[in-house]
Amino acid sequence: MASFRLIIESGRTERHYWRDLWRYRELFYLLAWRDLLVRYKQTVIGVAWSVLRPFTTMVVFTLVFGKLGRFPSDGVPYPLLVYAALLPWQLFANALSDSGNSLVGNAHLISKVYFPRMIIPATALIVSLVDFLVSFGIMAGLMAWYGFAPTPALLLLPLFIVAAMLCALGPGLLITALTVQYRDFRYITPFLVQIGLFASPVGYSSALVRERFGELAYHLYCLNPMVGVIDGFRWALLGPAFAVNWTGFAVSFGISAILLVAGIWYFRRMERRFADVI
Amino acid sequence: MSNPIIRVENLGKKYVIGHRAEAGTLRDRLAGIFHPRSAGRRTSSEEFWALRDLSFEVNRGEVVGIIGRNGAGKSTLLKILSRITEPTTGRITLEGRVASLLEVGTGFHPELTGRENIFLNGAILGMSRAEIRKKFDEIVAFAEIERFLDTPVKRYSSGMYVRLAFAVAAHLDPEILIVDEVLAVGDAEFQKKCLGKMQNVAQGEGRTVLFVSHQMAAVQNLCRRCIHLREGRLAEDGPAGQVIETYLRPLEQGTPPALNYTHRCDWLEIESIDILLDDRTVSTVPSGSTATFRLAYRCSDPARAPRGIECSFIVWGNGQKLVNFWSEAGTGGSFPIQDRGVISCTVPAWPFRAQSMSLTVGISRQRELLVEAHEAVVFSGIDTDRFGTGILPHSSEGMLLLAHEWRSDPGPK
Repeated sequence: MASFRLIIESGRTERHYWRDLWRYRELFYLLAWRDLLVRYKQTVIGVAWSVLRPFTTMVVFTLVFGKLGRFPSDGVPYPLLVYAALLPWQLFANALSDSGNSLVGNAHLISKVYFPRMIIPATALIVSLVDFLVSFGIMAGLMAWYGFAPTPALLLLPLFIVAAMLCALGPGLLITALTVQYRDFRYITPFLVQIGLFASPVGYSSALVRERFGELAYHLYCLNPMVGVIDGFRWALLGPAFAVNWTGFAVSFGISAILLVAGIWYFRRMERRFADVI
Repeated sequence: MSNPIIRVENLGKKYVIGHRAEAGTLRDRLAGIFHPRSAGRRTSSEEFWALRDLSFEVNRGEVVGIIGRNGAGKSTLLKILSRITEPTTGRITLEGRVASLLEVGTGFHPELTGRENIFLNGAILGMSRAEIRKKFDEIVAFAEIERFLDTPVKRYSSGMYVRLAFAVAAHLDPEILIVDEVLAVGDAEFQKKCLGKMQNVAQGEGRTVLFVSHQMAAVQNLCRRCIHLREGRLAEDGPAGQVIETYLRPLEQGTPPALNYTHRCDWLEIESIDILLDDRTVSTVPSGSTATFRLAYRCSDPARAPRGIECSFIVWGNGQKLVNFWSEAGTGGSFPIQDRGVISCTVPAWPFRAQSMSLTVGISRQRELLVEAHEAVVFSGIDTDRFGTGILPHSSEGMLLLAHEWRSDPGPK
């Protein structure tokens, strides 16, 4: 390591960014490990909590949309329809709200040590992923309970998990950077998440939107990047009754990609000033 | 080997101080869009160069102390060296791996056990897991916490906490080590151990160390060379003893730097503000000494304050008001005003310990503030052997050293 050389000057970190990100991967693992450890140590019902929230939401949505609203469920038990969508939604919503608070919560680290700051919101994503895996167990239980066998489409599920994570990362980065700059975003994020829960096909199927409002409205609806992800999840888990509308999926995915690029761009732009502002 | 391991060239760092907070609220920003005029208010911002045209070189194996008053740019320099913030101008070339220790126990999590925190803190300081595993036993032994390895650190005593934190840091293996004030923590014995460890690091292993401290004794003990920063610029660079002596030399008599008025008045002005020990102007006040704050003013129209004036000296430390010496409270009345006058306030047995402090001075007329200068004098305290025992409580155990008495009697039978 004797020949290691580092030059510090204005604008220099930019050039080494991705290399540094790779170099600091161990810190990334450790921070994710810390957050998980703390989470499951601090709250007595640790694991139960990540199961209880989606489960209760599922029960409420089933009662409201399935029983009261009598929305169609295409022959699938309503709880399955809801829970299959809640899985990616919770992943998205948790990742989004946790990453928003992550930098402010780790302010002491930011002002004392150097590392690519993107590690921190990315860590929040990993923690949400673990919660997701835990609550996935419930899905398996529900499917067994209703005697619902998965189709080969299940094999594509990992693809949609990755899509959900990418979908959360872009807005997550945006919100993280905005929260550092404008603390108000801490209050805006929960609000956005709440609205999003109803603006995404969680309590109902997206086919319903197309049926009731027409093709054009449906494509506008797909501008919500979670629509594609949730449709994908339903299809992979519950089979042909929820055939994916691939145009819609492409639109959703395109929006995700744009948000991701925008998120990275904005985060990188603000990042240099984090230590000065935070 | 002839190449310097650290080369700093024309380094500068500019901050823009908005008088409305920099981390503004969204509302301010939105208001700025809709009412360009209200946005104009935000432009009452100032540029401030925390560092300016700083150049120096450090050779392999040197241990260099960096000293200077608060706000001289020491922390900014360390932050740039550790890449926490970027310089505005200039460049630094480092020929080796850097580890910086701006704080002990960065990233320690109270819920996690000692063992878990060693790994976490090590990674934050830049060690790989393999490296930490290799040194794990050594770290634990150095910190003397074997029995509590699996206890959450929130149950540690503050001493144990600091020992563990320093132990991790002390086992870093970089070519360049940057240390900020970390020796200010821990009990005396542990401090000695840390100093020893740092000396070994420098001499035995040929590592380069940059050491920032307000404790001149520690700096003198550790460093051959010393860099003195003043207002963001290099004031002096040379043998430690010599630089420290100039640094501690009483402020020179004569015109003081311009006062930073936070309140002005056109018929009354402050001429000078001094801190005196035995009639000598000083910039350091040892605890237990008799200190005098002296203010000289000039008044062009004494008739404006027929019932006299009051004066206050507010001492700040760590961003907190430590004490307000207020003449009305101290004397029960006002002082008659003159064309030129001197008001002084003497504090017997100065109670504060080693820390950086500053003085805000104000003059009022029947409690109506006339003139006020913020940070009129910046000075530092020094710990002394206040109780004649050679022993002091650890500096984290409070900021005062107060005269007191002890006794021990047999209890009731």
